[in-house]
Amino acid sequence: MPTITYIEADGEQHEVAVAAGTTIKDAAIANGIDGIVAECGGNAMCATCHVYVDPTWADRLPAMEPVEDELLEDTASPREATSRLGCQVAVGDDLDGLVVRLPEAQE
Amino acid sequence: MTGAVVIVGAGQAGFQVAASLRQRGHQGPVTLAGDEPGLPYQRPPLSKEVLAGAAAPETTALRPEAFFAKHDIALRSGQQVVGVDRDRRTVTLSSGAALDYDHLVLATGARPRALPKPGADLDGVLALRTLDDAVAIRDRVTADTRVVVIGAGFIGLEVAAGARKRGAEVTVLEVAPRVMGRALSAPSAAHLVGRHERAGASIRTGARIGRIADDGHGRAAGVVLAGGELLHADLVIVGVGVAPATDVAEQAGLPVDDGVLVDATLRTEDPHIWAIGDCCRFPLPSGQHVRLESVQNATDQARAVAAAITGGPAPYDAVPWFWTDQHDAKLQIAGLLDGHDRTVLRGDPDGDGHSVFCYAGERLVAVESINRPRDHLAARKLLAASFSPRAEDVADDAVDLRELLAVTAPAPPSAAT
Ligand SMILES: Cc1cc2nc3c(=O)[nH]c(=O)nc-3n(C[C@H](O)[C@H](O)[C@H](O)COP(=O)(O)OP(=O)(O)OC[C@H]3O[C@@H](n4cnc5c(N)ncnc54)[C@H](O)[C@@H]3O)c2cc1C
Ligand code: FES
Repeated sequence: MPTITYIEADGEQHEVAVAAGTTIKDAAIANGIDGIVAECGGNAMCATCHVYVDPTWADRLPAMEPVEDELLEDTASPREATSRLGCQVAVGDDLDGLVVRLPEAQE
Repeated sequence: MTGAVVIVGAGQAGFQVAASLRQRGHQGPVTLAGDEPGLPYQRPPLSKEVLAGAAAPETTALRPEAFFAKHDIALRSGQQVVGVDRDRRTVTLSSGAALDYDHLVLATGARPRALPKPGADLDGVLALRTLDDAVAIRDRVTADTRVVVIGAGFIGLEVAAGARKRGAEVTVLEVAPRVMGRALSAPSAAHLVGRHERAGASIRTGARIGRIADDGHGRAAGVVLAGGELLHADLVIVGVGVAPATDVAEQAGLPVDDGVLVDATLRTEDPHIWAIGDCCRFPLPSGQHVRLESVQNATDQARAVAAAITGGPAPYDAVPWFWTDQHDAKLQIAGLLDGHDRTVLRGDPDGDGHSVFCYAGERLVAVESINRPRDHLAARKLLAASFSPRAEDVADDAVDLRELLAVTAPAPPSAAT
């Protein structure tokens, strides 16, 4: 079971263990982490599952589809170089230990 | 920011009001009363992943139980609101409990319309609105099941796709001359029908229902058309639309007309009572009154009311959008098709996806996109800016819609060509 660490905008940290293949967004919702809203339920339509991937992990994530790239232009908090949509990134064993920061605002 | 808020209906809209109130720092009590059991959940996956067996029912929950405790939201599941006393500002729950409110938010949603035909109450005739409905349908659909879907609306067609994926034999009956008559442009409707047919479903338009046949043991055996033809079925899914749940508003003496009537700030005629989501009929900036059924409408209206309660009312003017998934088509609609008299195609309608730009005169009113999420996102921006691109730009796939908006100052609709 890979673990994911979420760092909320106020610095609070949560480490959760998830079944391999769970998305960053599903893991956050299931574990009651508020910094992810995921209004469209993971359909790549709302950009309210925005995360900043820790730079040491950013390169190891699967590449983005164009729609994710485009939605990231519409996030409530500014996009950064390592911004991703939590619903579009599934966490396998190869990403065990992934660290993501959550933005100030999602909506 | 200290008033008591009672929310009637713990669906998509009701949940979002509660969450947004807390997010905005509302300090007073927030009660979310819903007549369904369990945690508030999302409906879109019911006719998609849950029906197809790809997602477990509990994955539809909007938030885990701990969320409600953490944010001090009093979730009263399995409790119906049975009365409102507007003078005393209290509501009564089916448990007998009474709750005081400063703000009451009606988010009661909608309920499936019954099929007004003999046999509609037989075992094996089901509608799909709730999680329980979805599980019941999922459990009855196997590769040996013959399913007849009555009504080729979005939910009927999603059920048809899900049942086909599970190997069932599927027939869709639609009384109108084409599927999704007013909800979709002709090119997009034709494209979807093609996908269903290629996937092995039979779609029959202009099909009048006579009755549901009884197998002699109180179970549905099939659908008898008005002409007498019998279509055998083990399962009949009725998807003939929904009616807004307005009983609480009516009981409270509030004006209702196919939806709880609200003003541009989503307030009913009682300044302490709001209505949002599938149950409400509200004025668009154009003045036209509509009732919409979508996640976007439910959540954006919920946020607007939370903002009104914590800050002050402002007119609601979000661009409507919607999506549906059928076979490998993800259809997204931005705007409202009503009144469109012209369509402009972008992309190949016979290929894997295209967009249809719908115009009323020179004004862009809606865009349907099939497997073209970038077009959809651009369309939401164009509509929000009230910018109507020229047909020749839209039709040219090489023209970047976003750049169009960035470089061209929004022209008044009448000036566009
Ligand atoms: C199967 C299905 C698939 C869908 N797919 C999509 C989709 O792909 N995209 C999309 O945009 N939209 C979709 N929708 C529509 C979307 O789910 C609805 O528009 C949305 O749920 C509306 O939210 P709501 O809160 O207004 O109503 P609801 O979610 O229906 O919630 C209302 C709640 O209030 C409760 N209630 C009613 N009266 C009372 C009372 N007196 N006391 C207490 N509780 C009460 C109801 O039981 C219900 O739980 C779908 C709907 C269904 C049914
Ligand atoms: S949950 Fe909506 S875009 Fe990720």
